[in-house]
Amino acid sequence: MRNSKVVTLEEAIVKSGLKDGMTISFHHHFRGGDKVVNLVVAKLAEMGFKDLHLAASSLSDVHAPLIDHIKAGVITKISTSGLRGELANEISHGLMKEPVVFRSHGGRGSAIASGELHIDVAFLGASSCDELGNASGCPRSENAKSICGSLGYALPDARYADHVVVLTDDLVAYPNVPKSISSCDVESVVVVDSVGDSSKISSGAIRDSKNPRDILLAKQAAKVIINSGYFKEGFSIQTGTGGASLAAVKYIRESMIEQGIHASFALGGITAHMVKLHEEGLIGRLIDVQSFDKVAAESIAHDQFHQEVSAVEYASADHVGSAVHALDIVILSALEVDVNFNVNVLVGSDGIIRGAIGGHPDTAEDSALSIIVCPLLRGRIPCVVPKVTTLITPGKGVDVVVTEYGIAVNPERPEIAERLKAAGLKVVDIHNLAAKARSIIGEPDALPFGDKVVGIVMDRHGKVLDEIHNIVD
Amino acid sequence: MEIKNAVAGTLESGDIMVQIAPGEGLQVELQSSVAAQFGRQIKAVITETLQGLGIDNASVKATDKGALDCTIRARVTAAAVRATGKDVWKD
Repeated sequence: MRNSKVVTLEEAIVKSGLKDGMTISFHHHFRGGDKVVNLVVAKLAEMGFKDLHLAASSLSDVHAPLIDHIKAGVITKISTSGLRGELANEISHGLMKEPVVFRSHGGRGSAIASGELHIDVAFLGASSCDELGNASGCPRSENAKSICGSLGYALPDARYADHVVVLTDDLVAYPNVPKSISSCDVESVVVVDSVGDSSKISSGAIRDSKNPRDILLAKQAAKVIINSGYFKEGFSIQTGTGGASLAAVKYIRESMIEQGIHASFALGGITAHMVKLHEEGLIGRLIDVQSFDKVAAESIAHDQFHQEVSAVEYASADHVGSAVHALDIVILSALEVDVNFNVNVLVGSDGIIRGAIGGHPDTAEDSALSIIVCPLLRGRIPCVVPKVTTLITPGKGVDVVVTEYGIAVNPERPEIAERLKAAGLKVVDIHNLAAKARSIIGEPDALPFGDKVVGIVMDRHGKVLDEIHNIVD
Repeated sequence: MEIKNAVAGTLESGDIMVQIAPGEGLQVELQSSVAAQFGRQIKAVITETLQGLGIDNASVKATDKGALDCTIRARVTAAAVRATGKDVWKD
């Protein structure tokens, strides 16, 4: 084809004008199955690049090979929503000179759009792409290998990066429509063996729980929603990751059918549960920044009312049109919640980074009703604590905390507490939950934090919210 | 009291595996997923439980996966009964 943009990875990097010290970006739609970050960074190392800033929408267990590239000075700065596995462990122990900058998904979108996070070269994996760079996360041929559905987190990068390289494992005939990323934004197309393992998308934080405690919590969360005052015709809803919050959808469905109530839209990471309700006519539209499983990825390929949105349209604080501003109810999980309703979803109770901010603070702050679902204890680790290890979502945006020992309501929302009590739910003071946890586990010793700052948590408005210190063994 | 090698518990999350062997004095070697915050408490519970059963000489190796104190006591007691042959529940 005339004007074909197909080149090798090395040619694409040379053509991009990438220099030492610049910022490269990636999306995380393949989650635990991602192959693009490791492939590209290995090539950059081989070509002798140093001192690069890696700005990913998120990183996970699969990115452990970055440890060697950090030690070798190829990568000296990281911006991400989350870190997991060995990479997170090493960084928590002080691997990097510069602290990792953590942003929410909406916060990253805003930072890219405003230029605060400037991307020099974006390397974006796509499930299908034509020779001019029209790219999609949906399959477009019988040869499709890696399907991720929505490319929402890659769209700000595609639009605002100085130079965009699309990597694909299925080069299809022009025109690859409908497209997510336009050829107008793409400089080079690189064909690789695989951009990701689709079977690993629903891994990590996303799992369908059979744990009886998760099911109990899910049923309680559904009761909170149904009796909250927000469960009425045309409501909107989002569920975060975590077994209980995903399972809650099943119980809400039963009440929607019984009471003849329909949702106008479901937002966020879209799951098979949400697709089912949509196909049953219970949810009008699906607004999808990230497809959490194969069913969601297939739905977005075929259903015109299952709409892909960018991270900016999804959750930016400073865009009036972002979907979180129209969101009624969100169910979220937590590693820790404290007596002031502050939530931590990033740093484990052992002080080691083991999670991701995701859309947690974006949706909690902007929704009309935010519900945190977490057990009182995970093993000996308390989930309701006097003070969170790291502040991610400020308590003013958190309305209800559901545990198996009772439901705590933010004192700022007395009307919700009244409605839940009237429905016969066990409403308790959050201080009592923290005390109950302490009575079972005893008083924990202080964590062995060092003096080095290994992470900086930005709030969704671009201000520093908290610092994460190194942990000393 | 004569001590034989004995073990109780599993490596499941929320459990603790306790291995008892002959030793001089009470020696507790602990590996725990929550060592930084609870290691001190867990060792204390193991030691107190053994002393309560009249065991003052034993080498204990414990691998903890976030067990609560009640679980730790139960596993230590079961290992002690197996190590001594003395059934504390019956007597």
